[in-house]
Amino acid sequence: MSTAPAQAVTWTPQDYKSDYKPIWCPGCGDYSVLSSVTKAFAALQLKPEDTVVVSGIGCSSRIPAYTSCYGFHGVHGRSLVAGTGLKIARPELTVVVAGGDGDGYSIGGNHFLHACRRNVDITYIVMDNHVYGMTKGQPSPTTEPDWVSKLSPGGTGVRTFHPLVIALAAGANFVARAFAGDPNGTAEMIAEAIRTPGFSFIEILSPCVTFRPEQREWKKVVHPASVQWTDDPARAARRVMTDDGFNVGVLYKGIRPPYQPPVGKARKRVADLEKEFAI
Amino acid sequence: MAEVRARTSVSIAIAGSGGAGVMTAGNMLLEAAAKAGWYGLMVRSSGPQIRGGEAAALMRIGTHPIDGLDDRFDILLAIDWQNINRFADELPLDGGSLVVGDPDQGEAPEVYVKSPARQAKVSMKATAKSIPGSWPNMVALGTAAGLIGLPKTEVAKVVEQSLRKRADTLKASLEAVDAGYAAAAEIGADYALAAPGSAPSARWLVSGNQAAGYGAIRGGVRFCAAYPITPATEMLEYLAPALADVGGVLVQAEDELASANMIIGASFGGLPSITATAGPGLALMTEAIGLAVASEVPIVVVDVMRGGPSTGIPAKSEQSDLSMAVYGLHGDAPRIVVAPNSIADCVVTTQWAVHLAEALQSPALVLSDQYFGQTRAVVDRPADVTFVGSRLTAQANTEGYRRYALTESGVSPMAIPGTAGVAYTADGLEHNERGTPSSQSNDHAKQLAKRERKLVGHDYGGQWADIEGDGDIAVLTFGSSTCAVREAIERARRDGLNAKLVSVRLLAPAQPARLKAALEGVSKVLVVEQNFGGQFHKYLRAEYDIDADVRSFRRPGPLPIRPDEVHRELTQWSRA
Ligand SMILES: Cc1ncc(C[n+]2csc(CCOP(=O)(O)OP(=O)(O)O)c2C)c(N)n1
Ligand code: SF4
Repeated sequence: MSTAPAQAVTWTPQDYKSDYKPIWCPGCGDYSVLSSVTKAFAALQLKPEDTVVVSGIGCSSRIPAYTSCYGFHGVHGRSLVAGTGLKIARPELTVVVAGGDGDGYSIGGNHFLHACRRNVDITYIVMDNHVYGMTKGQPSPTTEPDWVSKLSPGGTGVRTFHPLVIALAAGANFVARAFAGDPNGTAEMIAEAIRTPGFSFIEILSPCVTFRPEQREWKKVVHPASVQWTDDPARAARRVMTDDGFNVGVLYKGIRPPYQPPVGKARKRVADLEKEFAI
Repeated sequence: MAEVRARTSVSIAIAGSGGAGVMTAGNMLLEAAAKAGWYGLMVRSSGPQIRGGEAAALMRIGTHPIDGLDDRFDILLAIDWQNINRFADELPLDGGSLVVGDPDQGEAPEVYVKSPARQAKVSMKATAKSIPGSWPNMVALGTAAGLIGLPKTEVAKVVEQSLRKRADTLKASLEAVDAGYAAAAEIGADYALAAPGSAPSARWLVSGNQAAGYGAIRGGVRFCAAYPITPATEMLEYLAPALADVGGVLVQAEDELASANMIIGASFGGLPSITATAGPGLALMTEAIGLAVASEVPIVVVDVMRGGPSTGIPAKSEQSDLSMAVYGLHGDAPRIVVAPNSIADCVVTTQWAVHLAEALQSPALVLSDQYFGQTRAVVDRPADVTFVGSRLTAQANTEGYRRYALTESGVSPMAIPGTAGVAYTADGLEHNERGTPSSQSNDHAKQLAKRERKLVGHDYGGQWADIEGDGDIAVLTFGSSTCAVREAIERARRDGLNAKLVSVRLLAPAQPARLKAALEGVSKVLVVEQNFGGQFHKYLRAEYDIDADVRSFRRPGPLPIRPDEVHRELTQWSRA
């Protein structure tokens, strides 16, 4: 993580915003997430040039270009692996990967598992709206089984995916749930996630007001978790499997060292490699 | 054949069931021949079993550089006969051939007994039993070495080197080798090779997979992400420690979707990056390769081709991913496709691919194949070339920086994270010059033209093809088929028929003006490739106007294209 000298406030949250106007619908939760991200960056005084926001495809995945940092807007579902390659190649950069529930849990689900277990020092933010927003309203892995859409006329009948439990089981080092409607709390959580070494995962409930207008009511049901985070993944899993899904806060923090093979430290010259071929 | 010309090359197959030590014997024979000053190669052929199945080391040793197998084998030496009949197609024998079997391993399969080859017996099993601590494959090694006139001192050196830590086994093995030499003398067949030419120059013993890996590192690659797949795995196994040695890293990804996107991420971060795979993996990577095209991130993808479609024939060679490599991306997606045409050339062509990818900010695909990848050969050390990856990067705080600026060459300065004042978002969505997503026809047309211009307008130099000889008839080929074609043309020349070789190294973008010049004055063009559908032939017809009669000569894997078939085709057509 590369930051400005201590105390000096060089960058305000506004400095981390680009001049692009988001394509999001008015009222979309992702606006608040963007503002939490920029607040977190300002809180950490990250140098914009040493910070990269990586994403896949979806409404939420548009976020990189709305920041003034470097960004990589790749293909659907592959943000975590693009971010992993980048961080391993350039360990001194701060890498934040962001996207939606379809992008991260469905098409990119396999990478989610392996990113958790690989534990590269990146932060992964999922703006979960329980729907595919960009493709105009189909069920995602976190959509309730009885939710009716054109593509699922009688509901999917398929149980939902539990990202937090899966992250714990797969070995993520920092696991939290946040709510877009609380930009300051979310900003703090993002800053803490970035500060924590290893793979940090934040599931952010971020309403899609267009295809899930009922999610406007989320603000009435979310509540802060009644207990502190734990360093015991089994306890964290039990807690989150039995809560109402609207508990907000840091759930788990581990101490597993991040995966970072050494780069840039040569012990041989290139020409020396051909000695093994010589007859 | 032996009777009619001086023996400048000899072909030997050592076969046996898995665990018989066929590959060990083959490798030792090749190393000893290399130390003695000969050239040679060894192709590994094995059945479908992971371990324990039948295996054959298909070898050719000669006085001159050897790029490919011959039409036939002089010697088939079977340590045992378990399922060795399955190799019959790969082991053509004739009246000049010798089949050596072990009397304690039963009768040779009918295909070999019925062949016109001479039959001989060597008691490998019993001999090994009588020398405690030795193995039948060491008797086989001595027999093969004796038959081709390889000095015993060279074989002993190789055996000593590989068993130096096991004194008891070493002594027994050397004795077994001696017994093999004695058995060879008893057979009394003359397969002795002519003495090697000049003292060995700087030579390497390498596989194409190692060569491609080393070429990538020479070109500047320091990051690899990959998922194991036959026959590309050995390239990854070469790269893992070699990259670590030079300050780079190899990451094992969870699948090919991951590996392709990881190298894009790493390269976006400024590190020249590569992955290696085979057809099934390349199929999974196509979306990511398209992303590298659109976002203009340099990457190199090596496809070590094997029999397809689908899982196909994993451990056998075929040139059947050409169509996918040149056409297999959605949208108008120009990309670089190159193919090495010898094992040594795997170094240079992969290095060139890194150079091109970096210079043109584009994906570059390298079409190697199982034959190159898994064959070990004695080659002259490839010349040093100056192809080093170097990227046009943006200066810090460039006023009004536009990542996808419409430059004349089409290449625009790329800002590398860490550089202040030029941060941008790379995008796979169509975009304007700044990188802002845009669906406007104007931006689309300009960016499409820019991406095409940078590849088509680049001067690829003489490296685009190997052009050799002259004649009214030309053979147009690529990749590993070149080995047989080169030899066929050489044989034709010896009978007074001159033909020209054009082995295309740069498959995409097409080079119509250069090919036209190369085929100036040629009236017949024979297109040679190793696949069923004639993918190269069709590609040529789509991209080039060839002002000559064109014929296609092709056959799918796993059998290699043999020099003799091409030679016959050339002779017949030239007389027609
Ligand atoms: C390979 C591929 N398949 C399908 C799509 C179409 N697609 C674009 S975004 C998307 C889902 C987005 O949903 P989510 O990730 O939840 O993000 P949201 O739009 O809700 O923020 C889909 C299916 C695509 N772009 N690429
Ligand atoms: S469709 Fe939903 S998720 Fe997409 S921008 Fe609109 S409100 Fe946000």
